[in-house]
Amino acid sequence: MNTSERMITMEVLRYRPEQDETPFFQQFLVPFTDDMSVLQGLQYIKDELEGSLSFRWSCRMAICGSCGMMINGVPKLACHTFLRDTYPNTLRVEALAHFPIERDLVIVMDDFMAKLESIRPYIIADTPRALSEGEYLQTPAQLDLYEQFSSCINCLLCYAACPQYGLNSKFIGPGAMALVHRYNLDSRDSGSAQRMPLVHAEEGVFNCTAVGYCSQVCPKKVDPANAVNINKTESAKDYFLRFVTPKGAGK
Amino acid sequence: MKRSNAPIFWLLFGAGGMVSALIGPVLVFITGIAAPAGMLLPRELLSYANVLSFSQHWAGKCFLFVIIFLFLWHSAHRIFHTLHDIGLHAGLGAKLVCYGAATTGTLVAGCALLRLGW
Amino acid sequence: MSARRPYVRPMTGWWRKNPFFIEYMVHEGTAFFVAAYALILLASVVVLGQGEAAWNRWLEFLMSPLCIIAHVVILLAFLYHSWTWFNIMPRTLPPILINGTRVKAATITYGGLAAAVIASLIVFAIVARLAP
Repeated sequence: MNTSERMITMEVLRYRPEQDETPFFQQFLVPFTDDMSVLQGLQYIKDELEGSLSFRWSCRMAICGSCGMMINGVPKLACHTFLRDTYPNTLRVEALAHFPIERDLVIVMDDFMAKLESIRPYIIADTPRALSEGEYLQTPAQLDLYEQFSSCINCLLCYAACPQYGLNSKFIGPGAMALVHRYNLDSRDSGSAQRMPLVHAEEGVFNCTAVGYCSQVCPKKVDPANAVNINKTESAKDYFLRFVTPKGAGK
Repeated sequence: MKRSNAPIFWLLFGAGGMVSALIGPVLVFITGIAAPAGMLLPRELLSYANVLSFSQHWAGKCFLFVIIFLFLWHSAHRIFHTLHDIGLHAGLGAKLVCYGAATTGTLVAGCALLRLGW
Repeated sequence: MSARRPYVRPMTGWWRKNPFFIEYMVHEGTAFFVAAYALILLASVVVLGQGEAAWNRWLEFLMSPLCIIAHVVILLAFLYHSWTWFNIMPRTLPPILINGTRVKAATITYGGLAAAVIASLIVFAIVARLAP
């Protein structure tokens, strides 16, 4: 590893709503070592060069999902991307695509928060168990069904990768659909009847054109495209069979 | 929330996509290259008598209809979404043009094949 | 009054900005060639109903070098469609379990392509038998 300090040019999209009509790029010359992430580069800028630069971050280890941004045009976690991989080229950082910019690298995520709430991302039990009855039991095979989809950290990289969400923000989008799927597949859950109307709706899964980029950029290998497309099949089955299937049959 | 009617179009898109992915290339090769050029297959394959008897057989007739029908609906659905992708949100207009063309094509194919007799 | 003034970026030209999206637009574009081939078949069955003379004129057109070259282009688009169709298939199918382990994405893709090759050989064999 190269431990000597080098200088990289970071080009950051700035937007200060009180004074800027439109966003603009500002360049900073940042000293870095091989072990420094893009997030650390931004922290250097904020601490040493431009204190007004705004961005979200928290855990620094790809767990919290706060520091998603466009890095050289690709949705990535800033803490999970090294400066050395772009050097000696200029590294370009922008706010996550497809979301309105609140300020600099901070996006407005109200739309996603509302969607997240709408899908009821929690276990809905038919008959809630009393504490005295102990925990819900689940076999490893039952866990295996949904575990991949439960890795989502709500970082929104998949939304920034989804042109269909960019073109029509009413689309429920990959992340929320991965979570719908995660809870519907959970053996302890009985809430799918409450969630499926969102899947079937005009705002639901059929806005997806199987671009597949969401799954490509997901830092947690959730494969949201798979969740969306499995639910297209589920939704289509229900569309045609809803009149012949007795109510309450199946889960 | 209003339920989407997309499953109808999506299923036709998917069926057409699957059939064209499986045997589309070989069909293009047979009818557009091999037989017309007399390469690997004789030119007589496309003679009036031969094609007519194929189209009058129930299996040949059904095959031709299914291929034209599914290929039209597959492409109409994809083109409709591509128009949306490039920013032509013509909505109902684009829908009418794309799916209308596919419907017309399907009807014309059905009538033409039926009129060829059995 | 709120000082918030969220800035919404336009989507114009989004498909040109990322190689992944360029590829997506290219494989979506194969639909135009599928449509073209469907229309050629449609025209063929219509012309067939107009009698032998009309069919022979149509056949002459089909045998023209220009038309054969056009079909070569259509064939390339179809082949690309087949490849991309089976390439995205692992993302569209529910997990397939064999002996409790998940079938790999590459296995699904190559399995689909193998099915296409087999189906094509069967179609070709049937057609070859139909030849006078």
